Amino acid sequence: MDIVATLVTGFGFWNPIIWLAVLAVALVIAYLIWLTGESSYKPGTEQTKPYLSGNPEPAKQDVHVGGGHLYWGFTEAMRGYYDRIVPLHTGVLTDYLLWFFGIAAILILIVGLI
Amino acid sequence: MNGDFIIQNAPALLLAVPMLAAFATPLIGRLGSLARNIWVIAAMTLTSAIGLLLAYDVFTAGTVLYTFGALDPASALPLDSGGIPVRIIFTVDAMSAFMVIIAAISGFAVMLYMMASEAKGSGKDGFYALFLLLIVGILGMVCTGDIFNFFVFLEINSLAGAALVAYRVDKGVAVEAGLKYAVISTIGGLFVLFAIALLYGQYGALNMAVIASSMQYTGLDKIALVLFLSALAMKSGAVPMHFWTPDAYSMAPGSITALLVVASQASLYGVFRVVFTLYNVALDYAAVGWIIIILGVLSMFVGVTMALVQKDVKRLMAYHAVSQTGYMLLGVGVGLAVLGQQTAFDTFGFVAMEGGIFHILNHAMYKGLLFLTAGAIFYRTGTRSLNKLGGLGHSMKWTMIFFIIGALAIAGIPPFNGFASKLLIYESVFLFNPVLSIIAMVVSILTLASFVKVFHAIFMGPKQPQYSDVQEAPLPMLVGMAILAVITIAFGIAPGLVVDSIVAPAATALADQGGYIASVLGGL
Repeated sequence: MDIVATLVTGFGFWNPIIWLAVLAVALVIAYLIWLTGESSYKPGTEQTKPYLSGNPEPAKQDVHVGGGHLYWGFTEAMRGYYDRIVPLHTGVLTDYLLWFFGIAAILILIVGLI
Repeated sequence: MNGDFIIQNAPALLLAVPMLAAFATPLIGRLGSLARNIWVIAAMTLTSAIGLLLAYDVFTAGTVLYTFGALDPASALPLDSGGIPVRIIFTVDAMSAFMVIIAAISGFAVMLYMMASEAKGSGKDGFYALFLLLIVGILGMVCTGDIFNFFVFLEINSLAGAALVAYRVDKGVAVEAGLKYAVISTIGGLFVLFAIALLYGQYGALNMAVIASSMQYTGLDKIALVLFLSALAMKSGAVPMHFWTPDAYSMAPGSITALLVVASQASLYGVFRVVFTLYNVALDYAAVGWIIIILGVLSMFVGVTMALVQKDVKRLMAYHAVSQTGYMLLGVGVGLAVLGQQTAFDTFGFVAMEGGIFHILNHAMYKGLLFLTAGAIFYRTGTRSLNKLGGLGHSMKWTMIFFIIGALAIAGIPPFNGFASKLLIYESVFLFNPVLSIIAMVVSILTLASFVKVFHAIFMGPKQPQYSDVQEAPLPMLVGMAILAVITIAFGIAPGLVVDSIVAPAATALADQGGYIASVLGGL
């Protein structure tokens, strides 16, 4: 089993079986901590309803945060990069071909000069 | 037909079975949809079985040569040919066998999946025929030892792929994507054909081993190298020639996108085969190695950063496919860059190649799985928009589990297979150039962030009213996904076995140009 699992990288090794054993121990510890939690929790009762300071609960489809809203901060911080890279993806076939020919031309110069 | 016959003729049967099945599918379809489905299932199952049998034969007994139109390789050499073989010789070494395994597994899983995913669609006779032709193109590219034959299969691969991308029309958008893929693939194919003409004009041969043994690295050879490199790198989706991938991958049906990943990998195999087998000792290793490394780093970084801002789940996954191709180019590129330095190659170059090659296999499994999950979601909801989807974890639990497995694997989270190949790349590339390794790790972190977004957007949150009647994907689709998920886990749990038994031999075969030439010319 050890031979099957162990991946020798030349600089160390990786054995997923050992990793899984450690993960199992961590899960057991997490479970033990969970057991010490509040036992009066009852799903499906008033306890599990959202508390919105007395305001009515919005419709389900209105409270889900869509994927397009995530990582706004990251893209805003990288605006300088995205302002340049996104417009290059024009969707125009002739642009695709221009990049293809351009790279081929650059490679001919590089390989030809070597 | 006995076992020996199949083994002896496996390289030919590997193509003959799906090709015959493809052309007969419209005829069988006239007997009814059940007969056609059984026909396609049987053909793909047989093809996968032959592929795995051939791969087993190669990994246990060495390179398999198969000469078309002659009883043995020696018959390919007429007395007046001047030592140049006149027939097509399939040369299935460990690297080719490695690629055959990928195509066999992916093709089988995709075939099961599409039996359900395409059940509602029209024109299934043509669809399944094109699917089988795409399999033919992929398998032919990775098995042939003849560069013109490689071009023929590249064209079959491209045309079948483009037709499948456009097949569902989708108000013309899919047709536009298919047209773009067809045009740019045709231009790429012309590059390859012109490169072949340059080599044929000089050496009078089309057999890879014969050309490799006489390679002079003249000015024309350099032009041919650039034409091969640029065309095949473009076909594999390397930045900045990747622009067609989000269009084609996102508009193709989910099942076909999973196979397009393998089709692109066949072109990546072409890049590696050209530089390692066709040119190798003639090359300036460092220069060409760095060209591949730079393409790899650009692909990794631009791919993942473009993925992060996508709102269409399949376009997002397509950019990740570009990004993951970068890892393969990086690993194998580092191996090439130090190929002439024996100490460096033994210390980390070979491990980098192992990592890059192992990642091809892993990527085909987990990325195929992710595209199948995206297809299942589209199948049930009719949308790919991350802003419209949500709460599907309540109703598509199995699809969600398969998505989690694929997402953790692509992000390089242990113990899934993506981690094992990325670890090999990180550690070996770090010794070559620490900055490249750090970039690779940062890209993995961004990949994880991107898939957290997708997971949240599609599966988390309350059950949405518009998806209240959404059910789990049909059983055949789940089985197709399950096959790839199980392999994704298994290769992560037993990476040592996979690397020792198929990855290391593939890397050795790729790096050993002399061995390739000897295996062919020694058999003539």
